[in-house]
Amino acid sequence: MSDILDRARARVLDEGSGLAEADILEILRLPDEALPELLQLAHDVRMKWCGPEVEVEGIVSLKTGGCPEDCHFCSQSGLFASPVRAVWLDIPSLVEAARQTAATGASEFCIVAAVRGPDKRLMEQMRAGVAAIREAVDIQVAASLGMLSQEQVDDLVDMGVHRYNHNLETCRSYFPNVVTTHSWEERWETLRMVRESGMEVCCGGILGLGETVEQRAEFAAQLAELDPHEVPLNFLNPRPGTPLGDRPVVEGKDALRAIAAFRLAMPRTILRYAGGREITLGDLGTRDGLLGGINAVIVGNYLTTLGRPATADLELLADLKMPVKSLSATF
Amino acid sequence: MFCDRCGLPAADGDHTGCAAARAMEPPRFCARCRRRMKVQVVPTGWTATCVEHGVRTG
Repeated sequence: MSDILDRARARVLDEGSGLAEADILEILRLPDEALPELLQLAHDVRMKWCGPEVEVEGIVSLKTGGCPEDCHFCSQSGLFASPVRAVWLDIPSLVEAARQTAATGASEFCIVAAVRGPDKRLMEQMRAGVAAIREAVDIQVAASLGMLSQEQVDDLVDMGVHRYNHNLETCRSYFPNVVTTHSWEERWETLRMVRESGMEVCCGGILGLGETVEQRAEFAAQLAELDPHEVPLNFLNPRPGTPLGDRPVVEGKDALRAIAAFRLAMPRTILRYAGGREITLGDLGTRDGLLGGINAVIVGNYLTTLGRPATADLELLADLKMPVKSLSATF
Repeated sequence: MFCDRCGLPAADGDHTGCAAARAMEPPRFCARCRRRMKVQVVPTGWTATCVEHGVRTG
């Protein structure tokens, strides 16, 4: 066993403390031969500090496209020649999407909008939509609406939104290469307000944006400092018309190494498979990740792209004897 | 006819990559008129609307 895996076992598995940045970097640099042992350690950490349950979530786009920001990976920016057009989801369709998500056994339903931050119209749509879902569907409602003011944070709490997603996307040092219309610090400020409000903080990012392995370690350490309730881990799915549209996808073993490294950085967090896993890892890699630190999944489709059928993921979880986290367990 | 992923004429060039990508993407262009469609993706499906040629679902 390598020294870093010995140290990780003692610090993370035995004590429940996350690895620091330098150790995360060593993990990310482990050779392919060490990958099975690394994934087993990350799985042991997940089982010890989180348990066998898997949190299942569905997501839907309430407002698609036409975003004024220039996140270079995103097909919903209005600044790029992307084929994605602006469209709004009506409230009955939103409720139906929540109902279909709940039917999979999911405990979470996240409403997402492609905006810099919500305006009055969007907040009114949210209030009506969340109320309609809470009346008709037994599921926890989360939201992802970009950067918030304190008043908007308070409004979301008042609506009953229990978790707020706002991804930092990448590490602080690389962020200006990915987004120029706002700063990493502005995102951090929204996350600070969300935490203080009592809503659960959901914050992750995308791997494969062109960051170095050192910056990947930096990102994991910065997320660990934030200590979010949930970390959604995306892998770049290069979108036509975006500045990152021609980037290669993350190599499968690098993705698995990253999953394990993020788990060892944050032993107690909900580490969720999000977008891009289908093209980066495929079916076999998806299984390996669930046995390498992942303990949550987004099922079904994403915001503008399609995912595996929910049944495929649920069958895989049953095969792995990983129970779906029930709604009652989330309170 | 047009490729419903990239919007270029279906008979021109190689759209094998587009066809492969479409397994994990909804259509973006109307295959009949090349208009960009309004596309709504939900957890269990998608709806694509061309102002001229109507709605496709998947």
